[in-house]
Amino acid sequence: MEWVNAIIQGTLLGGLYALFAAGLSLIFGVMRLVNIAHGDLIVLAAYLGLSVIMTTGLHPLAAILIVIPMMAIIGYALQRGILNQTIGDDLLPPLLVTFGLSVIIQNGLLEAYTADPQKLNAGEIETASIAVGSISLGMLPLLTFTAAVVIIAGLQYVFYRTALGRAFRAVSDNQDIAQLMGLNKAHIFGLAMALALAVTAIAGMLLGMRTSFDPAVGGSRLIFGFEAVIIGGLGNLWGTLAGGVILGVAQNIGAQINPGYQLLAGHIAFLIILAFRPSGLFPRMSG
Amino acid sequence: MPDAILKIENLNAYYKDFQALYDLNLYAEEGEVLAIIGANGAGKTTLMRSISGLIANGNDQIIYRGNSIGAVKPNRIAELGIAMVPEGRQLFPSLSVEENLLIGGQVGRSGPWSLQRIFELFPILEERRAVASTSLSGGQQQMVAIGRALMSNPDLILFDEISLGLAPVIIKTIYEALPGIVSTGMSAVIVEQDITKALSVSSRVYCLQEGHVSLEGASASVSREEISRAYFGVE
Repeated sequence: MEWVNAIIQGTLLGGLYALFAAGLSLIFGVMRLVNIAHGDLIVLAAYLGLSVIMTTGLHPLAAILIVIPMMAIIGYALQRGILNQTIGDDLLPPLLVTFGLSVIIQNGLLEAYTADPQKLNAGEIETASIAVGSISLGMLPLLTFTAAVVIIAGLQYVFYRTALGRAFRAVSDNQDIAQLMGLNKAHIFGLAMALALAVTAIAGMLLGMRTSFDPAVGGSRLIFGFEAVIIGGLGNLWGTLAGGVILGVAQNIGAQINPGYQLLAGHIAFLIILAFRPSGLFPRMSG
Repeated sequence: MPDAILKIENLNAYYKDFQALYDLNLYAEEGEVLAIIGANGAGKTTLMRSISGLIANGNDQIIYRGNSIGAVKPNRIAELGIAMVPEGRQLFPSLSVEENLLIGGQVGRSGPWSLQRIFELFPILEERRAVASTSLSGGQQQMVAIGRALMSNPDLILFDEISLGLAPVIIKTIYEALPGIVSTGMSAVIVEQDITKALSVSSRVYCLQEGHVSLEGASASVSREEISRAYFGVE
């Protein structure tokens, strides 16, 4: 029963990893940009949430609704102001610039909020749980997993059923010809980053409610996000959810064997999948 | 000169670091079909990419309806009413046939062309509207590329090498559709390697050679000898 519990808790944790990964996957899919600062942007969202909660006294779940547009605006401005200038045939400039951005965000947060660990206090929901047989499911992990499923379904809908998604795919396919269709590449990229950071806002807030955070924890969130994306297969959003779940389950099984093995087990699962399926479990779907 | 929809004035354009067009001058009249012929490397595609904005040039080197557009961004030029059927078709592989057409209409210009009209012009596309654009034959892909350009209801449409790599019977079908397209009052510039085809559908012709205009005239009156001289540069 302990093992069943580990797998179920791992699955729910996987929802959070899928949320870390969804923004990463979306940005890479639309503009072939590998965003090294993604983890730090997740942490930035949590800190923005902290400030919103301290000034307004809102519950973290309500504060999400304010953090989402804040992060979306940051994303659009970041893309139009900085990142668009780095995008081209060469993958290296955006990599270097987002790495620099990562350093700047970390130090900016350190300056503004100090290195003290912080937490978003969600009150009763943090400890509430539902008992299913002998397994108890935490409300917050359940909520996180549900959010991941809903958000990924939503992104999938936007991508394949709306004019905006059509524009995303067209620009991703062929930037030159997409512009001949009257699409402003710089604007479309800005919208993609805004959407990605809106998802990041939710990921960051849920992270902050689940565990404590400090300005330096972005790096490991980035790794989890990357691993979920790669396990699932680049460019496949549902695959990203599966990747997150596999990572979460592997970590929890590792922890079940020995608490020290938690992170190691996740990385090993990632390496095994990479060794046997280099392009991920579900590479690029078409619809 | 009658009303010119497009004027190219002393255009110097570059393909990467290499100068492809030298002080080029030409014009297209409102409502006419203009043919541009020339050997590989004569600068035809560079000219098309310059007009559509994919290559930025001096702003005054390209005039569209009296406005300088040489340095205008391609998405703005599409809004102004210039559409291009690019060489090699270049459909969006992750979009279905119908989505490829719809995205052409996203510019939001009004006019006679709609999804329905495109399907009437090329009925096979209606049958295959939901499939991935990459699963079509070359000729069908060319129909999508033409339909995609028409969906923006352009005033000027550029055709870049639309017969390249297609079977003769398909080329015939596509050229048969042309008069119906331009009879709606649209102006067209056709770049073509098949000289006979180019002359048969156009009213005037320019021949390019190494980035210069080597021949200009009415399509009906230029002689074979003049063309081969202009084409190959031999006396």
